[in-house]
Amino acid sequence: MKLRSALLGAAAFTALASAAWAERGADGHVNVLYWQAPSILNPYLSSGTKDVEASSLILEGMAGFNEKGEVFPRLAESVPTVDNGGVSADLTQITWKLKPGLLWSDGTPVTSADAAFTYEYCKHPEGGCAQAARFEGIKSIETPDDLTVVITFDGPKPNPYQAFVGGTSPIIQKAQFANCLGAAASTCTDQNFGPIGTGPFRVTEFKTNDTVSLEANPNYRDAAKPAFATMTIKGGGDAEAAARAVMETGEFDYAWNTQINPDMQAQMIAAGKGTLLNGFGTLVERIEMNMTDPSPDLPEGERSTTKHPHPFLTDIRVRKALSMAIDRQVLVDVGYGNAGRPTCNLVPAPELYASDNTECLTQDMEGAKALLDEAGWTDSDGDGIRDKDGKKLSILYQTSTNPVRQDFQALIKGWWNEVGVEVELKNIDASVYFGGDAGSPDTFQKFYADVEMYANNFDGTDPEPYLAQYLCDKIPGPDNQWQGENINRFCDPAYDALVKELATTADMAKRGEIAKKLNDMLTKDSYTVVALVDRGRLSAASNTLGGVVLNTWDTELWNAQDWFRVK
Amino acid sequence: MRDAAGTQAKPVRMERPRSQWRDVWDQFKTHKGALVGMTVLALLVAFVVIGPFLWHEEQLTTTEKILMKNKPASFRFPMGTDHLGRDYFYRMMQGGRVSIAVGFVAMTISILIGTTIGTLAGFFKRLDGPLMRLTDLFLSLPLLPLLLVMVMLFRDALARVFGPELGTFVLIVIAIGVTSWMQSARIVRGEVLALKEREFVLAARSVGTPNRRLILRHVLPNVVSPVMVAATLNIAEAIITESALSFLGLGFPPDFPTWGRLLYDGLSYMQQYPERVMWPGLAISLTVLAVNYIGDGLRDALDPRIRGR
Amino acid sequence: MLTYIIRRLLLAIPTLLLISLVIFFLVDLAPGSPASEIPLTVPAEVRAKILESMGVNDPVYVRYLLWLKQFVWVEPMNLIDHWFGTTFAEGQQRIISYQTRGPVFDIIVQRIPQTMTVIGTAYIVGVLIAIPIGIYSAYRQYSWFDQAGTFVAMVGFSVPTFFTGVLLIVIFAVKLQWFPSIYDTTLKITDWASFMKQVKQMVMPVTVLALFNAATLSRYMRSSMLENLGQDYVRTARAKGMSERTVVLKHVLRNSLIPVVTVIALGIPSIFGGAIITEQVFKVNGLGAALIGAIHANDLPTVQTLAFIFAVLIVTFNLIADVLYGLLDPRIRYA
Repeated sequence: MKLRSALLGAAAFTALASAAWAERGADGHVNVLYWQAPSILNPYLSSGTKDVEASSLILEGMAGFNEKGEVFPRLAESVPTVDNGGVSADLTQITWKLKPGLLWSDGTPVTSADAAFTYEYCKHPEGGCAQAARFEGIKSIETPDDLTVVITFDGPKPNPYQAFVGGTSPIIQKAQFANCLGAAASTCTDQNFGPIGTGPFRVTEFKTNDTVSLEANPNYRDAAKPAFATMTIKGGGDAEAAARAVMETGEFDYAWNTQINPDMQAQMIAAGKGTLLNGFGTLVERIEMNMTDPSPDLPEGERSTTKHPHPFLTDIRVRKALSMAIDRQVLVDVGYGNAGRPTCNLVPAPELYASDNTECLTQDMEGAKALLDEAGWTDSDGDGIRDKDGKKLSILYQTSTNPVRQDFQALIKGWWNEVGVEVELKNIDASVYFGGDAGSPDTFQKFYADVEMYANNFDGTDPEPYLAQYLCDKIPGPDNQWQGENINRFCDPAYDALVKELATTADMAKRGEIAKKLNDMLTKDSYTVVALVDRGRLSAASNTLGGVVLNTWDTELWNAQDWFRVK
Repeated sequence: MRDAAGTQAKPVRMERPRSQWRDVWDQFKTHKGALVGMTVLALLVAFVVIGPFLWHEEQLTTTEKILMKNKPASFRFPMGTDHLGRDYFYRMMQGGRVSIAVGFVAMTISILIGTTIGTLAGFFKRLDGPLMRLTDLFLSLPLLPLLLVMVMLFRDALARVFGPELGTFVLIVIAIGVTSWMQSARIVRGEVLALKEREFVLAARSVGTPNRRLILRHVLPNVVSPVMVAATLNIAEAIITESALSFLGLGFPPDFPTWGRLLYDGLSYMQQYPERVMWPGLAISLTVLAVNYIGDGLRDALDPRIRGR
Repeated sequence: MLTYIIRRLLLAIPTLLLISLVIFFLVDLAPGSPASEIPLTVPAEVRAKILESMGVNDPVYVRYLLWLKQFVWVEPMNLIDHWFGTTFAEGQQRIISYQTRGPVFDIIVQRIPQTMTVIGTAYIVGVLIAIPIGIYSAYRQYSWFDQAGTFVAMVGFSVPTFFTGVLLIVIFAVKLQWFPSIYDTTLKITDWASFMKQVKQMVMPVTVLALFNAATLSRYMRSSMLENLGQDYVRTARAKGMSERTVVLKHVLRNSLIPVVTVIALGIPSIFGGAIITEQVFKVNGLGAALIGAIHANDLPTVQTLAFIFAVLIVTFNLIADVLYGLLDPRIRYA
């Protein structure tokens, strides 16, 4: 809590200070560390966080999300809403108006044609656009004049802030990318490595996967910003080394995603050179239960498919008992410290959508044992492992390689052993686990294990597509090359119907209600998804860097134009 | 060594020529470093093999363990506890079993392959080209994808034959052995090329010694010295590679400690709890050091010129 | 000798072709896909489109032939264009990385300088330390110097560089603040101050690697010296009344260097390959870091290209080592 108050103090100080020294480039140089180095500066060709965030210094959209998750205007004059007439009453059209007099960093004017071109660029079938989902459901984009962009949707769109909002869908310059449509997209190396933008900085040198050198954009719309004349984004190493470079050696001013263990957090804070910023978004570390049988005795192609239901995880009492045996607070204390908090929800935020489900937060070992007894799983042969009809209650528990996840595995294995469940642990290199290669048995989609652990979140503030992942027809299997998102093989017609209802509901309060209900159906009503920890972002900022506000809804560098040097 | 035991059984008469292996052993015994090395290695092996029978990990529940986390060394926990409250002393013993076993077996495999290929390539001119190109091929294969492919192809098959734990062990030692023999092959070949032209080999050849005997009696004993160096290097490398493998999820399950893994995990706590990297680091170094001195002793013992002195 | 070299060079072509084939298929067969870099929030259809645009779905032999053509024809032409301003490779598709969507060779060119300076220096320093230590250790076998040298060498290679690297950072960057913990690849040497900066940022990575290299090499040097010190020709030389200095430094050393020189030559390709862990620990971002980064991201074209360049270097330096061997040791004859 001390940390948070320190943060608030810093933020208040920021507001005062930035007014005092307002001159572009007056504060010299700022060093930023992304331990995963940016590979490309075009977010349409890479959806990796590091790439999107680095490019957000250069490229901007009509609007962005602030630290509270609210939409605020960037290139647009104001945020269109139903109230101000920017969004049509039937929710099928949104009209953006550009600020007049905007210039690209090369001095040419920004027009609505650039926005229309951006849409064309991303929708091209051969371009492999990484952000295509942001332009989903758009029927047409029209540009009645140089400053107006009218987006018409296929049907009512309760959340119209998708295209051109946030760091993932910025506007690119038509003149620069005109020859990079479709298959040509990846041959445009110069453009992808040095886009012309409207953001506070422009690229001077880009060494891919290593360093981005930037300087203040001379045509940035606010003549007093940014305060820094130059910026370097360096990549490489790991989260620990990144935190160390800001908090202990003071070589860098800001380090992204410094996810380190609580003991180390305390040590870094004690060094006194910087602060660890944390904020919570929608990222939830969870255990997914496999509703199908992953047994290696089944023929290949039938393992973990709906043909064979799981021998014991289909029993809700077993799933619930497994969840009850976990002490989530201990997990947080061991793995995340200030950067995590226990949760029972799949959708932990925004407030509108977050269910008040807290019953899992207290560990109940006795209750878990009783529940397993009730389900008929008893230790009949006295070897400490429960069994039923000659079958042992034995679980294979897999996750990706990551020190925190391995600690979680060890702890959870301990608790499960104590309630009489045998646990075998397995860890898989992240590039294989998340690779989705249909030829590999170790991907999280194939789920050749009884339970598995990973973290997932959703883009922006609307959980609808996220909740729609658990539809019956999204179950991965050999027929769809294991590409579905319904990892648990969960299938409930009532759930499917409710998701359909959500898609056509426009009233925000009603949407919140439905989303909460969907969340509960997956978590506390069925224990299909056992949420563990609501994981926050943890980044490190030097004491000499002012104006930093951690934003979990958009890119972390969202307000780099307001950063300044504390003197 | 079997010969030595055989001759020892009978009373030895002075005029009878002493067996070669007995000479070797006598010489080895006089090598102080080798004896110290043997003792240290024996102690380490005893620590990891017999230790767990004498020292049991306290039976605590997970929640009780967490309360015991990050404890300094005490009588209850001779090396303290780790960040999850596990007895570090016990983990060192457990970890050593795997590390020592993997280190020695993988080193043996690697040296066997390396020496065989190196000797054949150096000795038979016809084989030199193909075998050395094979070495080039292995040297240039990217290690990580190679290991990933090996694990993907053979893990389940081996687990079926040997059971999951032994299967993993076999896979790991073979993977390490198959990817680390090239250096010793190159070196052995170089030595053999030179030895082949030496007077004593030429002499042996001229009296019609068959190739097999030539290699076993005259060539191999003379390449022991570089092979010993390669062997010590290989043990250290195997122990570390094993930890890298389990870190990639290719080795033992994540809660199975090995010295390499403990060292790697301890790295995050280096500033607060330096002993957590010190113990595994020390254990690995001691093993390697011991093997090195034994190797030195063995080389001196096998060298008739030194033995005569 | 000359015919031997020519024969070996000719033989190198099919060897390299075979190696390229094995590397390509091995990397391709490895589990994992570039999709692991795409966040889970991206829907499956978009994911599939992205992979398709990378060309992942083409049959493997098509990709191999294309890659081979690009490697042996398009890229060299491109280099010629770059040097002489010609336009041979105009419009030809170069080898494109999945991860950066830029030409793989551009990345390699960008990374060579830091790898060569840091790893190259470390190698030279390592050799310069190892040889005298090896000689003296062998000459005074079992002296305290030898014992200390053995101990340091053993600790040197049994303690991995990921440990020594972090240890140095904690001591010299965090506690003493003498050296930076992060290597600045954009630093240009223009004057004395920037030169000193460069030296400072090189000290720690070079130390870590040089110690590791020296530990290994000094063992080979020592054992080779010991081998030769026991030879008859040494006794003869001494008996002839030669000074100890001449015996050791001229006769013994020259003969002992033969195997060591090959070890040194064989290690040179590893300079180009960079030291994966050391580069990561100190954020040098050279070729080693590029390779490991590409492997983790399943950036197949980059892995295949880097691995193959490596293979070319290994084959070349093995040839050089063999030739050196023949030159240094007149007893060895290649017919």
